[in-house]
Amino acid sequence: MSASAIYFLDIKGKVLISRNYRGDVPMSVIEKFMPLLMEREEDGTLQPILPCEEVYFLYIKHSNVYIVATTRKNANASLVFTFLHKVASIFIEYFKDLEEESIRDNFVIIYELLDEVMDFGFPQTTDTRILQEYITQECHKLEVAPKPPPAITNQVSWRPDGIKYRKNEVFLDVIENVNLLVSASGNVLQSEINGFINLRTYLSGMPELQLGLNDKVLFESTGRGRNKSVELEDVKFHQCVRLSRFESDRTISFVPPDGEFELMSYRLNTHVKPLIWVESVVERHAHSRVEYMVKAKSQFKRRSTANNVDIIVPVPQDVDSPKF
Amino acid sequence: MTDSKYFTTTRKGEIFELKAELNSDRKDKRKEAVKKVIASMTVGKDVSTLFPDVVNCMQADNLELKKLVYLYLMNYAKTQPDKAIMAVNTFVRDCEDPNPLIRALAVRTIGCIRVDEITAYLCDPLRKCLKDEDPYVRKTAAVCVAKLHDIDPLLVEEQGFLDMLKDLLADSNPMVVANAVAAMTEIGESAQTEAAARMLTWSGHLVNKLLTALNECTEWGQVFILDAVANYTPSEENEAQSMIERVCPRLAHANAAVVLSAVKVIMKLLELLTPGSDFVQSTVKKLSAPLVTLLSSEHEIQYVALRNINLIVQKRPEILKHELKVFFVKYNDPIYVKLEKLDILIRLTSAANIANVLAELKEYATEVDVDFVRKAVRAIGRCAIKVESAAERCVSTLLDLIQTKVNYVVQEAIVVIKDIFRKYPNKYESVIGTLCENLDTLDEPEARASMIWIIGEYAERIDNADELLESFLDGFADEQTSVQLQLLTAVVKLFLKRPTDTQELVQRVLSLATQEADNPDLRDRGYIYWRLLSTDPAAAKQVVLAEKPLISEETDLLEPSLLGELVCHIGSLASVYHRPPSAFVDGRVAAQRKGLPSRAPTLAEATGAADAGAEVVPTDNAQNAKPAVSVIPTQDSLIGDLLDIDMSGGGGGSGITQQSAAPAVPSQSNAMDLLGDGLDSLLGLGGPAPQQPPQQQPAVGGGSGVDALADIFGGLSATPSAQAGFTPQLESWLPAQRGKGMQIDGRFLRRGAQLQMELQVRNNAMQQLSGFAIQFNKNSFGLAPAQPLSLNPLAPMQTATTLLPLHTKGQVQKMEPLLNLQVAVKNNIDVFYFSCLVPIHVLFTEEGGMDKRVFLSTWKDIPADSESQTSLGSYSHSPDSVSNLLQSCNVFTIARRSVDGIEMLYQSMKLCNGILVLAELKISGGAFTLSLKSRHAEVYSGVQESYLKILKSSN
Repeated sequence: MSASAIYFLDIKGKVLISRNYRGDVPMSVIEKFMPLLMEREEDGTLQPILPCEEVYFLYIKHSNVYIVATTRKNANASLVFTFLHKVASIFIEYFKDLEEESIRDNFVIIYELLDEVMDFGFPQTTDTRILQEYITQECHKLEVAPKPPPAITNQVSWRPDGIKYRKNEVFLDVIENVNLLVSASGNVLQSEINGFINLRTYLSGMPELQLGLNDKVLFESTGRGRNKSVELEDVKFHQCVRLSRFESDRTISFVPPDGEFELMSYRLNTHVKPLIWVESVVERHAHSRVEYMVKAKSQFKRRSTANNVDIIVPVPQDVDSPKF
Repeated sequence: MTDSKYFTTTRKGEIFELKAELNSDRKDKRKEAVKKVIASMTVGKDVSTLFPDVVNCMQADNLELKKLVYLYLMNYAKTQPDKAIMAVNTFVRDCEDPNPLIRALAVRTIGCIRVDEITAYLCDPLRKCLKDEDPYVRKTAAVCVAKLHDIDPLLVEEQGFLDMLKDLLADSNPMVVANAVAAMTEIGESAQTEAAARMLTWSGHLVNKLLTALNECTEWGQVFILDAVANYTPSEENEAQSMIERVCPRLAHANAAVVLSAVKVIMKLLELLTPGSDFVQSTVKKLSAPLVTLLSSEHEIQYVALRNINLIVQKRPEILKHELKVFFVKYNDPIYVKLEKLDILIRLTSAANIANVLAELKEYATEVDVDFVRKAVRAIGRCAIKVESAAERCVSTLLDLIQTKVNYVVQEAIVVIKDIFRKYPNKYESVIGTLCENLDTLDEPEARASMIWIIGEYAERIDNADELLESFLDGFADEQTSVQLQLLTAVVKLFLKRPTDTQELVQRVLSLATQEADNPDLRDRGYIYWRLLSTDPAAAKQVVLAEKPLISEETDLLEPSLLGELVCHIGSLASVYHRPPSAFVDGRVAAQRKGLPSRAPTLAEATGAADAGAEVVPTDNAQNAKPAVSVIPTQDSLIGDLLDIDMSGGGGGSGITQQSAAPAVPSQSNAMDLLGDGLDSLLGLGGPAPQQPPQQQPAVGGGSGVDALADIFGGLSATPSAQAGFTPQLESWLPAQRGKGMQIDGRFLRRGAQLQMELQVRNNAMQQLSGFAIQFNKNSFGLAPAQPLSLNPLAPMQTATTLLPLHTKGQVQKMEPLLNLQVAVKNNIDVFYFSCLVPIHVLFTEEGGMDKRVFLSTWKDIPADSESQTSLGSYSHSPDSVSNLLQSCNVFTIARRSVDGIEMLYQSMKLCNGILVLAELKISGGAFTLSLKSRHAEVYSGVQESYLKILKSSN
């Protein structure tokens, strides 16, 4: 169904650490991975899944580490890839970054983690906050041995019991990315907004939260004005949100994990004016001199201001001595 | 302080030192030592000699240390099974530790130690853990059942673990349920006995419960459940509808795997609903946004999503028809994402959006990545063929691109313009002039061949066609076969159109082809032209300049039944490779009965049953396809087969490979396609073609010429034999002297899809025989009586014949010889044992046929060294009668061709346990030679035996 073994390789293809979950693929098969990858890269036929005789390599690359899963069955590829990315993010939360050094430095705990996040190729608990409760950097004596936190197998598997704060607070950030595809002639071919709602919760116990949005579907169904409503193209929720509840009456209700997390993401497929419109005129003068005229025009409301605007002007590789 | 210090010891004598440290009195020192051992293991050093010392540390009271020791055990137990047994006690004790973490750790590890001696000790602790009070232990134990089943399936059944696992499905804890589901799915895929398989099928009631648990599971648990639910086909439309309603909310999950698995379930269930109903339309609408959102996930996941969207777009184009723009490539997409997006773009192209698509494609053609640019140029050609109203714009875009003079762009453009000519004849000839300007720059065979085809096709309008072709002739010997063949045909066309001044040219090319070339395809084609031209120029004209059938716009669509099957595998490797799992998963898995491959037909059946009103059942499409439309096969051979140009990969060496018995099916179609479509019309003149044998339905990829020619040869060689089938002789199984008077003769038969054992029992004893019963020992194919033996009491000297229906779901044990079957027959006197050989052909199932392309890829996938060749002797059968005869035994003829009087039949058969056997039967002047290929070489001798028997039976 899923991965047979997981390997972490350095940039040259040497195994840093590995874990065999099913024992149906010889571990030495990984030696063929790097040569295959190089060969495919040269042919320009590189793909995230590489077949090698009867084994399939599914891999992702993270900084200077390859994370490779092997399988010889008709594995669920989307499951394996989401899992590999998840593993990478767990390691980052544990060791700040995922690279050769950090793997070598923490091999004991990595073995422990690998043991816990997957069993016989089936992904298990991958929530870092829960893992951190019983797999910690320090070792334990058995007298104070950790028990499996009830949250692992609970219905609410992302929040431990008994959290207490003196001051109960929730912070909510809305981050929107505008994605524009503009043709050379200046036509906007496609535009979409990818938004995220990030929550930071410091709440005691098992709080039930509800979030209301000016969602068009909701507003129409309750007969409220539709002036301010927004049509959300597609919404994705953190696993804490009750999806069936949202499906039936569009309320977003959930028991949040503790701390920071991404509650939901959405996509708007509306026509967006580019916030900053950049036009450029390139003039080539004699004596290998090039002049760029770059005009940037802001197109947002007067009362808003934009900070940290970067404009990247690509120039030929061999230019020097710029004058502004 | 970090762990990396453990890696630094590389001195000699290290192992010895470690040994001392492991046996140290001080706990901390022992722990350090174990860490060093694990570090050595991690970097691949062999530390197995320390086994006893490490196992000694197992009783440590330190959890971290315990985990490391367990890890060591997992790695090395297999190499030291006798010593591993030392660890068993600790394992068993740990399974009862008060700390659930340790109980779970122990049961998890013990399942990973694949040593038989240990497995035996596992059952009791596992049974306890399955009923543990702590859900963490139960969820770990559930997976352990799957592990144990992988090691020893029968043990799992005997010990009743399957029942316990099934009980866990009703567990109060969602994580336990999810793992139990995963374990059951896993076991179900490789279940060995009928009882197990039956126990593991999903009932409606169970599915209902799982869907309720769905709301409470972790993301991974949701994937397990959705994948399991996808295996269940509800019986009623209402049920399907309510399942869809309950799965739909999952589409809003942040995890891409959950989304894709939900899409899979919904896509499958939609088949059961009345097409066009409001519910179907609203569901289809809900699918589009989540699929689009997958395109903003990580690149690898995007890739998997795109490959699946490719399937979904073919199955239900309405889902994404308004989302064209999201498939525009981004500058920073990896190349594999770009290529997939391009493919989907073309599929979504319609008259309404062609302007946008063309503008995009034109941009792409100026990119830097050569592969991508080529594909973009081809895409423009496909647009032209697909949307007639835009053809002109496409052509002018292509001409613009040719003006760029970028070598590979020009070549690719010429290749696609040839397709456009083929689709819209006599419409865009004005561009020929521009094309000819670029003649010198063409260095790729495909582009050269395309250009030559254009010149030949429009020879009457190109004044200097003879000069142009002549310039190619100078380097004739150095050209690739595809170009040579094309050149030959083009010159002949030219000659037929302008006979006066090109006689010399045609002479020259014919002599080059027939005398100097060593490629048999080329030679044969040369001779055919030569004879045609010399005997009857009018006929030659009719053949060579015949009107070609139009090419269709629906390019490289998957065959509907394959598409149906792949939809059932959305998200998996099969969906990424667009190949059924049976094509790449190894035989052990493919051999299962409840396997995935059979799922697509059930889906189709279900569709038919659920809405008999619906007109098109997917599988029927293949048969409905009109032979006149040659559908373009895959991208690779897209151009090659569009025309009568032979340029697919196999073309070059096909002549040589024939002898080495590699059945290159594309090259076969080349050989058949010899005169292009000319022969089609020849057939039309020559009289009614013989009826095609049923299994030779026009394959989607093959083109019509193939079948037509196959028919000609079939018709010429012999009248189809009237032989209906093949019935073996009775064999003596139990002689009277050994049976205390009971004599048994028998044989195995296959009638319809039913396997039967015919028993002729004769009573040679002096008393009445009664109370007959029969039993089979375990055997290689799980043969077992489907019902008790029904035989009335036999008076002395009386003979009775009975038919005993068999099934193949009994216990499996490999026999030596493979086909040996041990039978026990009981009567009122005694129990008698005898053994007989089952002729393998009765085990061939009715589903043995396959698509030509699947045949070819399967054949190629099996390594050449597992091919076995035998001579079967000489017979008077014609290829047709052999084919019919074998067909009656479920040996399916997939393709055939004839070269120089040698007939080749490509055949496939599928055993009841899923093993595929591919065969090439060569008939040369009455002598039959059989080459077999299968992943399971053990079956060869049986198959050869059966072929011999079948051939001899009616000779």
